[in-house]
Amino acid sequence: MTVAVSAGAGREAPAAPRHRSLRSRKKREAALAYLFILPALLIFSVFVFYPFLRNFKLALYENPPYPNLPSHYVGLHQAATVLSSSAFLQSLLSTVLFVLMVVPTGLFLGLALAVAAHRKLQGIAIYRVIFSSTVVSSVAVAALVFGTLMNPVVGLLPWLGINPTPSILQNPTWALPAVALMTVWQFLGLSFIIMSAGLQSVPDDLLEAARIDGASAWTRFWRITVPMLSPTLFFGVVVGTIYAFQSFGQIDILIGPSNAAGVHANVLIYYIYESLQIDNNAGQAAVLSIVLFVITLSLTLVQMRYLERRVTYAR
Amino acid sequence: MAEVTFDAVTKRYGDVTAVDRLEMAIPDGELLVLLGPSGCGKTTALRMVAGLEELSEGDITIGNRVVNDVDPKERDVAMVFQSYALYPHLTVAKNVEFPLRQRGMDKAEREKRVLEVARTLGLDDLLDRKPAQLSGGQRQRVALARAIVRDPQVFLMDEPLSNLDATLRVQTRADIVALQHRLGTTTIYVTHDQVEAMTMGNRIAVMDRGVLQQVAPPQDLYDRPANTFVAAFLGSPGMNLLDGELDGTSVRVAGGSIELAEAVPGRDVGASPVTVGVRPEHLRLDAAGTVAATVRLVEMLGAETHVICRLEDGAQLVVRQEAVVERPALGANVRVAVESQSVHVFGADGTRLEGSTR
Repeated sequence: MTVAVSAGAGREAPAAPRHRSLRSRKKREAALAYLFILPALLIFSVFVFYPFLRNFKLALYENPPYPNLPSHYVGLHQAATVLSSSAFLQSLLSTVLFVLMVVPTGLFLGLALAVAAHRKLQGIAIYRVIFSSTVVSSVAVAALVFGTLMNPVVGLLPWLGINPTPSILQNPTWALPAVALMTVWQFLGLSFIIMSAGLQSVPDDLLEAARIDGASAWTRFWRITVPMLSPTLFFGVVVGTIYAFQSFGQIDILIGPSNAAGVHANVLIYYIYESLQIDNNAGQAAVLSIVLFVITLSLTLVQMRYLERRVTYAR
Repeated sequence: MAEVTFDAVTKRYGDVTAVDRLEMAIPDGELLVLLGPSGCGKTTALRMVAGLEELSEGDITIGNRVVNDVDPKERDVAMVFQSYALYPHLTVAKNVEFPLRQRGMDKAEREKRVLEVARTLGLDDLLDRKPAQLSGGQRQRVALARAIVRDPQVFLMDEPLSNLDATLRVQTRADIVALQHRLGTTTIYVTHDQVEAMTMGNRIAVMDRGVLQQVAPPQDLYDRPANTFVAAFLGSPGMNLLDGELDGTSVRVAGGSIELAEAVPGRDVGASPVTVGVRPEHLRLDAAGTVAATVRLVEMLGAETHVICRLEDGAQLVVRQEAVVERPALGANVRVAVESQSVHVFGADGTRLEGSTR
């Protein structure tokens, strides 16, 4: 580019001034660009970048068991203690269980709804709106509704005859699945939207070709639609997993810190909150945050690599 | 292999009639080209044969079986899509094998058939590739292979060459004709390209706005178009159509008159309004010509020249002449001579008047 400009300019005018003006224009453009992103950069620096970096420092300092005493530097010792504690392992297990309950179910139901709504029928748009509506519902409202449904006295589940003792949300066995159920419900809208978008990118003529080639609806779904959807499905898994990892509100509202079943529903993100807010243990919270960050980051990296490979699908 | 018939086949989408009472029989082994401008209903007609669209009215039969309510997979037809519709996640071999697999054919037989077809179409080196790793022409051949591997009763082809470049299109055109001839499978071939239609079809069915205009062998269609639409659609450039008044054996047009070789039966008494049609190659610039015109444009195409003239009423007249013939100057006033043996006469409603010569 630069070569072409200077070569062309050489014939008509001295090259140097032209060169400089081009460079200074580029500089001006860059300056303007930075000016535009400055407000966002400031906000992100204060609320994201600084806390993010500060977190790594916090993880190296141990808080004393009593408030208002100075914390002291312990290096990686604190991380080792936290990561080998049974509470952390229990929390990690709960988190994995929670993800396993939420993600496959949510994606499968989302796909089922998307397939059901992916047809040319009058009024189908209404169903699409309904199916995707949980995206805009607030976690707090949803949690209150589900909390009421599961209430041992006035709830829907006891009315249906499902009323274990202790009650569902106090029950070590059922507390986590109950929260997962609500999370699936709330994730369904996003899952439906992702799957619908994926379905729309499957060319109709592929499915028509398969029909003429003799494939049944079942075969078409499993041999054409699902493979064509595999990038979407993988994207859904990653988004769903991150979504599940970050589910906090429903646990706080439905289970809460002073719940006997809490230890079984103490997923990582809630454990972080508890460490910081209830136990006043900023160091432990920082270590746990880094663990959550590393998990989320690796998922994202895996997804990016995988999707890159799938670009060959483009026709 | 089978005969395909359309019996009063109609397709409506709401208020729009895409195909209007289509009547046609395609005998066993024929390659019939469905030709028409976009939106004329040709693809809809093809898709109804495939079973991808339901009929609003009428019957389609394949080999004496009414297939209106038969599922596509039971119809024993194979289709080549404009986009080729190859399964992008499967290799070439798996793509070609797919229809056989759906029919529950055993593995050894499947592999044998795939290899056979791949050899026929020169795909044997590409069997392990994915469609994305193939060129346009190769993809097109894979789509053909997937269609012929099953040995179906009918081939349906929906503009299979329109995504190829010009050179490859000419080559593939000939390949498809040769293949169809060898297999002897009844084929319905949809295209909007009249050159494809003329060179490939045993017969051509011309459609316009859902209505079948004419079915005939290519040369008949060219020589005796049933109406002004067919006359203008076929040929490049299409037939010149001029409004005129028929009186005995001559038609008065703006700027002169055109002589007919013989009178049109039933129209030999008194003057009547007609449309007169002459193909560009049946016109020549000649001082003794019977029609006066002004030269507006001269297009040189190498082997031939198109002289585009305007009559005094503004109507356009294209004269095709050999490149060696002297070219007129722009704006020159010329006279155009008409071969009276090659004049077509159409009634006021656009249909051919019987007795028009050629």
